[in-house]
Amino acid sequence: MSDTNTTPVAFVRDAMLQEQTPPVTAAGPVTWIKKNLFDGWFNTILTLLAIYFIYMIVSGAFPWFYNGVWTTNSLAECREILQGKTGGCFSVLTERWPQLLFGFKYPSEEYWRPTIAFFLLFFAAAPVLFNKLPRKMLIITAIFPFLAFWLIWGGSLLVPVMVAVGLIIGYVVFTKLEYQSFAMGLIGGIVATLVVWGLMGYITDPLSGVLALEQVPSRDMGGFMLNFILGVVCVSLSLPLGILLALGRQSDMLIIKWICVVFIEFIRGVPLITLLFVANVVLGYFLPPGSNFDLILRVIIMITMFSAAYIAEVVRGGLAALPKGQAEAAGSLGLDYAQSMRLIILPQALKISIPGIVNVAVGLFKDTVLVSVISMFDLVGMIRGPILASTEWNGVYWELWLAAVLFFFPICYGISQYSQWLERQLATGHR
Amino acid sequence: MKKSVFFGALTVAALAAGAAAAGTLDDVKARGKLNCGVTTGLVGFAAPDANGEWQGFDVGVCRAVAAAVLGDPSAVEFVPTTGKTRFTALASGEIDMLARNTTWTFSRDVDLKFEFVGVNYYDGQGFMVPKALGVSSAKELDGATVCIQTGTTTELNLADYFRTNNISYEPVPIETNAEAQPLYLEGACDVYTTDASGLAATRAAFENPADHVVLPEIISKEPLGPLVRHGDSEWGDVVRWSLNALIAAEELGVTSANIADMAAAAGNNPEINRLLGTEGTLGEMLGLDADWAKKAIMAGGNYGEIFEKNIGENTPIGLGRGLNAQWTDGGLLYVPPFR
Repeated sequence: MSDTNTTPVAFVRDAMLQEQTPPVTAAGPVTWIKKNLFDGWFNTILTLLAIYFIYMIVSGAFPWFYNGVWTTNSLAECREILQGKTGGCFSVLTERWPQLLFGFKYPSEEYWRPTIAFFLLFFAAAPVLFNKLPRKMLIITAIFPFLAFWLIWGGSLLVPVMVAVGLIIGYVVFTKLEYQSFAMGLIGGIVATLVVWGLMGYITDPLSGVLALEQVPSRDMGGFMLNFILGVVCVSLSLPLGILLALGRQSDMLIIKWICVVFIEFIRGVPLITLLFVANVVLGYFLPPGSNFDLILRVIIMITMFSAAYIAEVVRGGLAALPKGQAEAAGSLGLDYAQSMRLIILPQALKISIPGIVNVAVGLFKDTVLVSVISMFDLVGMIRGPILASTEWNGVYWELWLAAVLFFFPICYGISQYSQWLERQLATGHR
Repeated sequence: MKKSVFFGALTVAALAAGAAAAGTLDDVKARGKLNCGVTTGLVGFAAPDANGEWQGFDVGVCRAVAAAVLGDPSAVEFVPTTGKTRFTALASGEIDMLARNTTWTFSRDVDLKFEFVGVNYYDGQGFMVPKALGVSSAKELDGATVCIQTGTTTELNLADYFRTNNISYEPVPIETNAEAQPLYLEGACDVYTTDASGLAATRAAFENPADHVVLPEIISKEPLGPLVRHGDSEWGDVVRWSLNALIAAEELGVTSANIADMAAAAGNNPEINRLLGTEGTLGEMLGLDADWAKKAIMAGGNYGEIFEKNIGENTPIGLGRGLNAQWTDGGLLYVPPFR
């Protein structure tokens, strides 16, 4: 029996067979169609119905696009050219394109400024969004807010520079005092920043002409630019604020806890549009007549507060999902509260919260069109107000709203795709 | 920047609190700009054109006032307001005057504490229906669905009219005139009701205007006019007489074409002389330059010229003068004498 296996076993193959294409009956487009579209009578009916509807939609919409008129100056001229044929009057987009992008009051010779700011945004956002990029790019991110402010609003470059200097000095003071205690560092940092900002007026006022671009007041912002400014600023401000609120809500310190709870519950209990009306209308009663507290700033504060409250609840969900052992383990390693949050708790909690945070961010970006009801001329405000009310374009709807869709969809879809990619990147637990 | 804006705002606020007592006319002169509330967009009455310049019939009033006070028709900051924000904007002092096709009513004048300084357009609420509906009178509209703008007097008038005629209707609330058009054309409502001027403008933009009729009934009086806050009569006088100057100029035959000649020296007609400041001290009484009315008229022409340019029969909107003709032509425009 012992020699049974010493002899070669003839019926066991020792070389791999070559891969072969599947038989014609099991592959190829015909089989695919058969298997996926005409699999049984029920699916066949559904497929035929779907083809019919697609045909109806395409054949209905195609002439509208194909016959579209792009070069006229009014709806009446469009109709003259079309002579009763189906066709879109896309001339409204070509004629009013700058207004859709920048609003109707942004000086046209300055359009390059927001455009540059827009493209810089990609460089500034990239290192935050993709951690494989060189960390040095974060410098661009740090500079970007000040640069973008200067580009879009104009004025002297010294103003944003001085604001940045104030923040840097505050940070330096913070790091110096942080050894004694976190709270002391924080207070010291804030005080230092405020002092620098207070002194700043004496420097920037006499030098207001230095490196100055033409100033554009907030009231003149409009179009998709306004949506974009509001979206970007409010998302990036509300994320840290929301995290702080979520942590505050879990705090053991009673006053902080209740401030956060009241803030979150109050803001979440009020519709955004109400907050915007407060920002626009009611504040006007409280402020003395003639004063003009920057409208965009008011709106940014309101939208940021609103989305911060939502993000706080999303993050709280992430915090609650973490086992208590994580915090205890961090404590047993000797980490203090700030360290354990920064190194152990938040990275895990935020990872869990990504879908929720992105949900809020996409919703917030779309909610920026609500500012059109307080007579700000964002993309929707431009369409609803000045463009549709002009004598030339009164009566053009589909073309304009389609354009609005095409403005918003790619961005919202992009955000959602990014978040899915990020989730896959961070899925360390289940790999 | 946040902080500095905030502190800046506080400073401005403190300064303004001191200045607010000084009266709107002085505020406007000190500021060098007139803050004029207009609509966010209404065909023919106010809308920015492709270059971002505001155009329209109400805009013409703003420009005339700015020209009278500041000597420059472009020294206007147009503040767009919606039907809901217009009154708070005026009451809070954000704007100096409101020229936003606003109907002069008792409660707005008395209860909301505004001062209507005159009427620049006599309007009335009407109905538009598709011809296919086969309706020839508003009284046949029992059970109809009606597209109606919310927050306006038209909404209230409609309720009153249907109640007095004891017929029912179903309202379809809409926000702006621009929203009403597609809804009406798609058949979401049988009837569209708004001011007759708005109906004409809307119908003119249709692909087949002939398929729609405006019913003969005009169910309300809608005197549209500029308004200011209560309690500052000097400023109210300035706005009132700037508007009156435009209307009087048409009555007296003063146009943007001949005004330069007429104002060069005192002519034979003493009223024209007083209006244009070549005689008398009317400007001084208002606290303005002697040639205030001349500047106001030169801003966009007299009332008739502004009318023809923005909403008259040669524009796509094609409104006839109707009630808005001079009293000498059978209309309602009748300004007190410049004396």
